[in-house]
Amino acid sequence: MKFAIIQFPGSNCDQDCLAALRGIDGIESDYVWHKETSVDGWDAIVLPGGFSYGDYLRCGAIARFSPIMRSVVQEAQSGKLVIGICNGFQILCEAGLLPGALVRNRSLHFVCDMVTTRVEATDSPFTCGMPVGALLRLPVAHGEGCYYADEKTLYELNERQQVLLRYCDEIGRVVPAANPNGSVENIAGICNRERNVFGLMPHPDRACEKRLGSSDGARIFESMLRSLATDRAAA
Amino acid sequence: MKVKVIVTPKETVLDPQGAAVREAMQHLGFSAARDVRIGRYLEIELEGDPQTQEPKLRELCRDLLSNPVIEDYRLEMPNETK
Repeated sequence: MKFAIIQFPGSNCDQDCLAALRGIDGIESDYVWHKETSVDGWDAIVLPGGFSYGDYLRCGAIARFSPIMRSVVQEAQSGKLVIGICNGFQILCEAGLLPGALVRNRSLHFVCDMVTTRVEATDSPFTCGMPVGALLRLPVAHGEGCYYADEKTLYELNERQQVLLRYCDEIGRVVPAANPNGSVENIAGICNRERNVFGLMPHPDRACEKRLGSSDGARIFESMLRSLATDRAAA
Repeated sequence: MKVKVIVTPKETVLDPQGAAVREAMQHLGFSAARDVRIGRYLEIELEGDPQTQEPKLRELCRDLLSNPVIEDYRLEMPNETK
């Protein structure tokens, strides 16, 4: 399966993503520059972390108008798998592919830490290889990762089980102390209603090898691979 | 002609920056500051007639200059004195 990693000016986790994805059997991956106009022909799209356009105006606000994004939006709407990590999550929200927004961390501090997240729903291509309640140890590194959505949106996210990951403590309790950035209801990652677009603040790309402290991130990419393989077999 | 855009966080959105500044004001003895909200201010130098460009400007305010999920904007056109 072929995963495209979109490179924006200021992306800085593109190489982490490439190394992580190429380390997984069955995944081929390469960069696609933001000035390209088509992501046709790829099985999945990755928007990596970083500081696209220097975070000017708002995080992700300018990247969402990059030439490639028109095609990313089209492909997302036609059902292609799209995962946005950190700045990629911010871009997906700005582009309207995911509801809500990411604002300044409540503490005002940039957080760079290892966190634990709990898998909240498994009927998505991103979490299908895991049981509900599975704990993933993943690194975070962001200044604007506080997820915000109004009450109505939040209600719908919960109703439709679109929250895929929440910050929790080491034994899986979703408690305020485990929330690194003040995100509403400890939300770490959400998917769209159609469940083919996923955004998360933690970095699975930086947690795909034991020697990096955790290989839990690979479970997300492996889930995507499994889901793509199932779809292809059914086609 | 100069157009001004003022973007502010919505009432419902937490503004920790504003809260920190309010606290600093209180430390400096100014206890009358009950709430501080920090936004963004843009000056846009325009060519041509501003009024005819207002619809496009409003569109840009909504799509690019502010994020309606978390922010409100105010577009100030040049003095309406003709």
